[in-house]
Parts: sequence; C-alpha cells; structure tokens
Amino acid sequence: MKRRLLGAAVISTLALGMAFSAEAKTLVYCSEGSPEGFNPQLFTAGTTFDASSVPVYDRLVEFVRGGTEIEPGLAESWEISDDGLTYTFHLRDGVKFHSTENFTPTRELNADDVIFSFERQWKEDHPYHDVSGGSYEYFASMGMPDLIKAIEKVDDHTVRFMLNAPNAPFLADMAMDFASIMSAEYAEAMMDAGTPEQVDLQPIGTGPFQLVAYQKDAVIRYRANPDYWQGKAAIDDLVFAITPDASVRYAKLRAGECHVMPYPNPADVEAMKDNPNLTVMEQEGLNVGYLAFNTEKEPFTDKRVRQALNMAINRDAIIEAVYQGAGTKAKNPIPPTMWSYNEDVEDYPYDPERAKQLLAEAGYADGFQTDLWAMPVQRPYNPNAERMAEMVQADWREVGVNAEIVTYEWGEYLERSVNGEHQTVLLGWTGDNGDPDNFLYVLLGCDAAQDGANRARWCHEPFDDLIVQARQISDQDKRAELYEEAQIIFKEEAPWVTVAHSVVFMPMRKEVTGYKVSPFGKHDFYGVDLQE
Amino acid sequence: MIRFLVTKIALLIPTFVGVTLLTFAMIRLIPGDPILLLAGERGIDPDRYAELRTQYGFDKPLLIQYGNYIVDVLQGDLGRSIVTKKPVLTEFLTLFPATIELSLCAMIFAVLVGLPVGIIAGVRRGTIWDHSVMGVSLTGYSMPIFWWGLLLIILFSVNLGWTPVSGRISLLYYFDSVTGFMLIDSLLSGQEGAFRSAVSHLILPSIVLGTIPLAVIARMTRSSMLEVLNEDYVRTARAKGLPPVRVIGLHALRNALIPVVTVIGLQVGVLLAGAILTETIFSWPGIGKWLIESVHRRDYPALQGGILLVAIVVMLVNLSVDLLYGLINPRIRHRR
Repeated sequence: MKRRLLGAAVISTLALGMAFSAEAKTLVYCSEGSPEGFNPQLFTAGTTFDASSVPVYDRLVEFVRGGTEIEPGLAESWEISDDGLTYTFHLRDGVKFHSTENFTPTRELNADDVIFSFERQWKEDHPYHDVSGGSYEYFASMGMPDLIKAIEKVDDHTVRFMLNAPNAPFLADMAMDFASIMSAEYAEAMMDAGTPEQVDLQPIGTGPFQLVAYQKDAVIRYRANPDYWQGKAAIDDLVFAITPDASVRYAKLRAGECHVMPYPNPADVEAMKDNPNLTVMEQEGLNVGYLAFNTEKEPFTDKRVRQALNMAINRDAIIEAVYQGAGTKAKNPIPPTMWSYNEDVEDYPYDPERAKQLLAEAGYADGFQTDLWAMPVQRPYNPNAERMAEMVQADWREVGVNAEIVTYEWGEYLERSVNGEHQTVLLGWTGDNGDPDNFLYVLLGCDAAQDGANRARWCHEPFDDLIVQARQISDQDKRAELYEEAQIIFKEEAPWVTVAHSVVFMPMRKEVTGYKVSPFGKHDFYGVDLQE
Repeated sequence: MIRFLVTKIALLIPTFVGVTLLTFAMIRLIPGDPILLLAGERGIDPDRYAELRTQYGFDKPLLIQYGNYIVDVLQGDLGRSIVTKKPVLTEFLTLFPATIELSLCAMIFAVLVGLPVGIIAGVRRGTIWDHSVMGVSLTGYSMPIFWWGLLLIILFSVNLGWTPVSGRISLLYYFDSVTGFMLIDSLLSGQEGAFRSAVSHLILPSIVLGTIPLAVIARMTRSSMLEVLNEDYVRTARAKGLPPVRVIGLHALRNALIPVVTVIGLQVGVLLAGAILTETIFSWPGIGKWLIESVHRRDYPALQGGILLVAIVVMLVNLSVDLLYGLINPRIRHRR
C-alpha cells in the first residue's frame, strides 16, 4: 500500500513537471558547487563565473561561443592606435540593464558604466573600491593596475583606454570575467540607499539571464532577459541545482532531474556514451599539464639532460593510466585549440636507449639523484599527480636516474616551487584569456623566471626576445609567426616535459540542443534549447 | 534541582574555552594558507600577499590573534568568511535549519525503528528475531555512509524512480524561505504537492543518516531490556500475574529506557558528524558540506565559527539530555 502511494506521488510529480515544461522551457544544470558570490570582479573561481559573469553580465568584447577568438560585445567596434597604447571602444546603442524589485534603470548602457566597472577595481579612492571586502585579485594578477594609465569618456558611447606599455593581449583581457560591465546608475542608487553591497549580492547586468533567487548550496534561479540585445534566450528559465558529488550528478542526469552536468568521473564516461538518453560532448581544455626542470640547478642546466629525460618518459602509458582517456599527449606548451599552435614541431619520441646515450654524453652515464615534486590535489590538467610521478619515477629508473617523490600541502607546494626549491616539479596551467602570451610569457618568460611563476626558472634570450616582441605588436598574423618560432626553440631547449592537455567532457540529455563546450571551462546556456 | 542545573551549566564554560582553543589551534596546525590557496597556480604578488595578511590579522602573533578572536566572539561577532566575504553567523544561520531538519528526521526514523526492534530482540532473546536484529544492526553500524547512500540512490531513485536523487524539494516549487525548514515552508507556501515533494526528498537521506544511530539504539535497547527483565521487580510483577504486555511495557521498559535516552543524546554528535557525508551525497544545503569546504579552503573564520556553533548546539543538547535524565530518574537529581 505504502509503495503504491509513493509510486502515485512520483507519477503525479512527473505529470506536473511535464505541464510545467510545456508552459515555460526550464533548463536545469547540475552545477558542481556554490558560487563565492555574484560579482566576478571580486572572485576567481569557475563556479562564480558560471553563476555571474556568464549568464548575468556582458563585456566590451566577448569570446566566440565555444572558441577563443574575440568578437564584438557591448562594444560594436574598436580601434587600436599604431603605437599600441590607446584602445578606443565604441559602445552599442540600445543595450538595456535588467530591472528588479529594488531597481529600475532609467537609461541604457553608456560610457559611465564602463568607467565605473574598471575604476572600482583600479582606483583605491573610488567610493566602491572597499565595498564587499574590496579585493580584486584577477584584475591585479593580470597586471591591470600597472598597465592602465587612464580611462576616458570621449562621449556617451565612446571610451578610451590609455596604456603604459603596448600590450597586445589587452584586448583579450577585456573579454575576461573581471572586465564585466556593471551599471553605474544601480551602484549610485544603492550607495544613496546606504546598501552598496547589494550591487554584489543582487547583480544587475545586461546579460542574457537575470538572477531571480539564490539559496546557498542548493539552487540558483535565473529568468531569461526579454530585452537582451542579441535576442531573448531560447529557454525561459535557467536553474542551477548545486550537486557537489560527480556520481550523484550522473544519477540526477539519468533520472532526468537535470539536463546538463559538468565534470563527470572519467570512469563513467563510457557508460554515458552508451546511454541512449544522453549525449557526451567533448573538447580539449585550454590547459597544459607539465613537468618542469629547474634549469638553475645541476644537472638540469644541461639541455642534453633535459632532452634525455623527455625521451625517457612513456607518455602514452601515462595518458592511459592517469587521464583514463580524458587527455591528449602534449607537444607544445600551448593547447592545440589556441591560435599560433605550431603543428610542425617535432615531439620527443619515447626512446630510453637514446636517452641513456644523451645522459652519457652529458657525463651522467651512471645516472644521478633528483627529487620529483607531485601535487597533492586533483587539477583539471592533472587528475592524479601522484600516480603520474610514480610512472615517471619508474621510467627514469630505467635510464639510471633515481627520483625521490616529494609532496607538500597545496598552498605550500605552490609557494615553495615559486621559490625554486625543487629540482623537477609537476604542475600545469589553465588559460585565462585564450592568448598565447598568457602561456608563453606568463609561464616561460624571463620576467616569470624572476618572480617564480616560471617553474623551470628558464630564461633563454632567443625565446624571450620573440615573446616580448609578440606582446608589443597588435597584428595577429605577425604575432602568430613569432609564437610559432618560439615553440620550436622551446622544444629544442626542453625546459619542460609537456605531458598532456586534458579533455573536457560535458554529458547532457538528448533533448538539449545548441550547447557549445567552452575551452575556458565555462558553462554558457545562451543559445541552448530544449527539444520537446 | 536548581543546584543540579547550575552545576551543569557552569560546566559548559570550560568546555566552551576548550572548544575555541582547540579549533583555533588545530586549524592553524594543518599546513596551508588560505590566501595562497585562493590564489592557486596564478600566484599572488608578495606585496598584495602581505597586505591581505594584515587585513585578516594573520600577521599578528598567535596569542594575540586568539585574544582578538575571543573578544569578538564574546561580542557575538564570528568574523567574515575569507572565501565569500559574508558574515560567518549569517552563513551558518541560513544553512543550519536544513541540517536540523535532516538530523531530526533521521533521529525520528532511528528511534521509531530502533526502539521496537530492540525490545523485540530483548524479549525474544535467542530466537531468530534476536539474531537477525543483531546481525542486521551490526551491518548497519559498519556501513560506510557514502557507499550506502549511493547504493540507495541507484536502486530507489535511478532504477525504480520512487524517490528523487537529491536536493530538498523539486525544482518546480519555488517560494521564499520563512523558517528555513522545508517541511514547514512547503506547507506555508500553500502550493499543491510541495509538502509531499519535501517529504519524498527527506526519505533517503534520513534513512542513510539514521542508519548508524538506529543500530546503536536497537542494540542498546536490547541489552538494557535483557538486564531489566532479570530484575527482581519484574519477576514479582510476573508472579503477581500481570499480563506480559503490562510487565514489559510499563515496568521493564520505563527503567530500560534510562540508558537509551543517554545514548540518543550522545548520538546527536554522531548525527552532525554523519551529516557531513550525507549532505554531500544528497546535495543537502546544510552546515556539514559548508564545513568540509571551509577545511579544504582553510577558511579560518568560517571553520572556527562553524565548529564553535556546532559545539554549542551539541553541548546544549547534552545538557537537556542530562536534565531529562534527571526527570526520568529521581536518584540522579536527589544525589547529594
């Protein structure tokens, strides 16, 4: 009897659900965690961006859906001066901000909103600078405070950015989450009401979705913005059902409690592909997992040793065991989806004999001792660093190199490796803005060798000249040529073993159409529809 | 009775000091720096790092940090989370009702099933009933929560489709939270089917969280029952010719319950610990999941505040159990 009652309850709930979806199209996304907040300027986590900058806000320029190229956003066009120091953006007409119970905008987007959005982060005496904790780590870590010289309003629909030095990636930076454009009018109204932090809790943007409600660790609800400047989204309501465990997300997807889920367990992917109700989309992530040699320490000062240890590692076995199919072998420090990726670079083969020979030439015929640092955490670019370290250790032992695996707590690991305490270290990187500069300069330049982000502490002039030159010119074709050349030098000098680029899987229900996997790991539901 | 109460309450003060000192010290003993963890691979500028340390007060000696913390706590200020920048107390209060609701339901399930089963096992000692109850409860007690939860989800939610997989209520229902308790809020909302949906979401997590307390209560009731059934007064009652239902239900059970009540009180702590895993599996927006995340991110203020508040709740529950115990058993409150 009880069973029958329960069954009846479930059936009636289902029936209700169908009726509901006929009225309004609701897409449910089983997200992996709560956002830190709803202002993308204040935080750096992917969950925050998925919940704030992606649905609620727009930027001057945007990344093409599913790609890393730049397209017009709130700025319909822009000019870059010949010296690369001045960027002039022309804003689109008729862009409306969301309305809520607390606030109804009286005007459309204009230059004041752009200036407000940047000055809040940039100027310490800005009335909003200290609101909600006032730390703008992404803005700072992309070097904006030093780079920006002035921001000017030319007229209501024109804004000019002046830079201290030519910096080609600046345009791509303007498509990043921290560069989201917020309403200056709303900020002013909230300041007058004495509740400035409302701006960060109850966001008002120009984006395709408007925040309706948020219950921490449970659910986020959005409604499609009817006045969106690119046209209203195909779905009416967007719901994030926060579900931290990957197995449970999978269970919810199978039971039809959500339409899309991120980050499946790699072990479940095969079964997902076999399920007739599900589709699994996949794309290479904008990341690289690498092993860096500390080129300031013996014997890694010798390029032959670095090359030899490259050849000693059986990366195919690592990809299979560590990534379980969710990774592709890397030969360049930048991922293949990125422009300027050099297809012609020749990778080191797996060749222990040749490796022994090279070591002997370098004077290490009997091998040597080294440490090998393995990260204590799972990262998108390396799902199991300890296992990877064990495999590398075994491979190196074959050529006489004895590696001792070392690990620290994650924060300490990062700090100690910045200080260069390691001999060899496993790490990786996820791209911020899709520009090759964001990998090559940030991870392998001479400046980075000094401040420690370059874990190989590798400062090689011919390479550095190319990448420094490339960040100063704005012609993309010329830049690509320079980067392609830099990748050849990188491979020859071998400061890293480029291990893998991970593959991102996005399982979803069959009825979901139009989804595009973002190389940045973001989850965007504008342009997505549900088939009946 | 008043003296009994005062002594019990006075004992809470050293416990309070102990809890604050322990959480404060232990969090800092785990290696890890919240600022570095937040920065991740991207790293942080050394000047900015120093600035943030000053802002959070981490640059001061530990003793002074602890002193400041205690002063703030006594004024009711638990600080702000490093991750979300929101007041710890606000975050705790928005999440705690969900944990209470789940724990209460789990406890009701454990008591409603555990007590009768324990009584049956005790009365029918040595029979197949007794053996199966003891066997099953031992299994329940040793069941890893995570595995047990997933097993139930796959069977009942995915394969049979009887219960929802996770969450507190179907996403179809949307109303403002009034009390924070979904069962009450769903009734208040007046939306058709909302209450039923809330109940159906509670079934699996309550069973999973209640399994261990159920096993403990069943075993405790059985042994306590066995002990009491051998007492002289039970034999006298039987000799008087009282019907067995009266002997067991009135004379034996009342005395057998005393240790069981204590065990139930102690299980509250176990429930809150179990809630951490149960909440993660069932995406239950309670404090367990929040605390775990705070540990991973070394969010000192959230962790200190959260553990302190949980400890206070456990202390209060134990205090009420002590008082209740005094009510049931006159020997305790009159002891000089």
